[in-house]
Amino acid sequence: MAQAQRIAILGDEAIALAVKQANVDVIAAYPITPQTIIVERLSEYVANGELDAAFIQAESEHSALSICVGAGLAGARVYTSTCSQGLALMHEIVYATSSMRVPMVMTIVNRALNAPLNIHCEHGDVMAERDSGWVHLFAANVQEAYDLTFIAFKLAEHKDVMLPVSVNMDAFILSHSIEPLTPISDEDAARFLPPKDYELAIDFDNPITHGTMALPDTYMEFKMQLKEAVEGVKEIFPEVVEEYARISGRKYWYFDSYMADDADAVVIVMGSTYGTVKTAAKKLREEGLKVGVIGLTMFRPFPEEQLVEVLKNVKAVVVMDRAYGYGGLGGPLYTDVIGLLYRNGIRIPAKNIVYGLGGRDFKLDEAEAVLRMAAQGAREGGFDTHVQWWGVRA
Amino acid sequence: MSAKKLVEQALKGEFTYKTLPIAAAIPNPPTSPEYKTGAWRVKAPVIDQNKCIKCLLCWVYCPDLAIKRKDDDSVEVDYDYCKGCGICTTVCPVKAISMEEV
Amino acid sequence: MSGQAPVFKTPKDLPREDWFTEGHRLCAGCGAGIIVRLAMKVIRGPTVVVNPTGCVEVSTTCYPYTAWKVPYVHVAFENGAAVASGIVEAINILHKKRGKKLHDVIVFAGDGGTFDIGLQALSGALERGHNLLYICYDNEAYMNTGIQRSGATPFGAATTTSPAGRVIPGKQQRKKDLIGIAAAHKIPYAATASISHPIDFVNKVRKALETEGPKVIHALSPCVPGWGYRPSETVRIARLAVETRYFPVYEVDHGRVKINIRVDKPKPLEEFLKTQRRFAHLLKPENAHVLEELKRNIEENWERLVKLEESGVTL
Repeated sequence: MAQAQRIAILGDEAIALAVKQANVDVIAAYPITPQTIIVERLSEYVANGELDAAFIQAESEHSALSICVGAGLAGARVYTSTCSQGLALMHEIVYATSSMRVPMVMTIVNRALNAPLNIHCEHGDVMAERDSGWVHLFAANVQEAYDLTFIAFKLAEHKDVMLPVSVNMDAFILSHSIEPLTPISDEDAARFLPPKDYELAIDFDNPITHGTMALPDTYMEFKMQLKEAVEGVKEIFPEVVEEYARISGRKYWYFDSYMADDADAVVIVMGSTYGTVKTAAKKLREEGLKVGVIGLTMFRPFPEEQLVEVLKNVKAVVVMDRAYGYGGLGGPLYTDVIGLLYRNGIRIPAKNIVYGLGGRDFKLDEAEAVLRMAAQGAREGGFDTHVQWWGVRA
Repeated sequence: MSAKKLVEQALKGEFTYKTLPIAAAIPNPPTSPEYKTGAWRVKAPVIDQNKCIKCLLCWVYCPDLAIKRKDDDSVEVDYDYCKGCGICTTVCPVKAISMEEV
Repeated sequence: MSGQAPVFKTPKDLPREDWFTEGHRLCAGCGAGIIVRLAMKVIRGPTVVVNPTGCVEVSTTCYPYTAWKVPYVHVAFENGAAVASGIVEAINILHKKRGKKLHDVIVFAGDGGTFDIGLQALSGALERGHNLLYICYDNEAYMNTGIQRSGATPFGAATTTSPAGRVIPGKQQRKKDLIGIAAAHKIPYAATASISHPIDFVNKVRKALETEGPKVIHALSPCVPGWGYRPSETVRIARLAVETRYFPVYEVDHGRVKINIRVDKPKPLEEFLKTQRRFAHLLKPENAHVLEELKRNIEENWERLVKLEESGVTL
């Protein structure tokens, strides 16, 4: 581990720094708020000769991801970033990227989807890509978003993975916040991420036909390969985060938890809100309320076994979703958790709090109220409703 | 995996998701020569070698690579692949090719 | 070919080796099969093929079969030019950083994937200036899905979504000018080609590959089921398309128009139309006005090209 120096940096700029240090070969992107600063900085790095890469500003997100697929198949280390409308426009190619086993990294600066037009934070954009066969990681702060970018490249290009990975960071709350960052050194970055070695790379001397048409006799087998590859990431993740911990001193896991081990009630959340709820939980613990918090880092593959280890010991759980599944049972994280509880025989009450859509603030006192609600659910052995839209003027 | 083996296993259903090359990619191409399109044919071109002037137009125009160009620029039909379209008969300047029931 | 001697003078000059192989499942008599095979014959070295969704893609890469000896990539329908852009730039940067072998990149896309759904990706790629060759095999409708009209379907033609009805006699809109669109991007080379003139076509392919930057070749691809004719007639019909001025064969070399196949005494358009079911209704008396308009379109286009060539105006 080289000498680490703490700096203050904007979220988007921290990502650009990580991508530069990852020594990517091709960046293809289309500008969309609040991702723009990432690609502006990357284009500057390339223009100034600080990063030897092809920077391609595509004419749409659909083409940006298509360029990434082509470049990835050619053997390049590939990066893009987008959010909301842009990610929705990429949708078709999102599925092709994972199914064609193209390793790459995309930062999704999670933003609400139209309509109404809204540029602020929501996780609905990535949730539309939930089932696409990508690995989806969530950052709770700028340092995590920076670190997870390296971890994402390492996972994506692992010979037993060969999948695209998204790193999700909350629009504005993280992308446009100046936070402290302790970067890894360029040397450590280079050692952690040696040049990409891709067995499917385009090579005239070793030709491969990519993207065939597979009919009902083989299609399911290829999809089974994808399922196994995505789920297999859970087994490879520990070695990757361990190696990253050696160079950074920061140890990541499927999720971070705060006082969840002996808690009566646990709140599960993703993204920057984890910090808010954690701070509130600290205060309530001082009052003697036995509450804990889980901040999920790995959303896909879903770390079922690891979550079970925590949830089997609690009396109630509140799941916070910054997205919603209209007409369904609740938010996407909530439906995952209640499914997990059911099939693992954990019979505890679970409630869904839907919050922060379109960037609506979720403050410390509100986090406190949610934690108290969780504790009450544990005490009383149930909740009044399954799903509550938090803070809606009704 | 060789082209022949891949095709053989796929056709016989002798594969699992673990044995198929990943991502529906096909290594060691081409494999299509294992697929004999000659079975599509209704009528077959027959070349009168006495009339042939070795201009190679039939070879140029065959969409199915079923006209083979030999070392001396004479041509022959590969009936494994000829779909019987008859383009060769229309481009031959000396009418050396005719479509026949074979 | 302006300024340089053609590489291929007769069929005997064509390489014996094929990079696009037998056993593909294109229809008997398919024009696209001829276009792709001839283009692949004259590649000049390591080459990657990008092939957006369409007839050629489904017919040549039906798992476990592939007819491509060279590296081949299909991703989706509308993104051929974008995928190719990524491959070009990745190979260039990997060549610079790690010595990866340089490859030519050729796109084969149908008219749907070019004129319509892929036009934005094509425009983006042409504007960015990637070194790639984009060949559109134009069969003038969505043949792979069952002959629906496209932006490349000519005025008056019947398709399954522009039928020759009692009130509306076939497609009521003109065909887009693909080479005009391509040339408007100020690319170094754009050309049309017809399989009726294979030596002209292969020389254009080689010339395009030798030219740095984005290049577009628009090749007319007669379609047996879509146009409605017997499979043996593919080349004859392609020739009639040229001889009636229906499909002018020309190039735009650094903006300068040159008509490669002069047609001073065009055959009557009817000779081309009567060979195909899609135009059958145009030869009926009640549709004489449609035929007249189609003829007018064709003559206007020819005269425009002649004027551009003679004036030397740069497009």
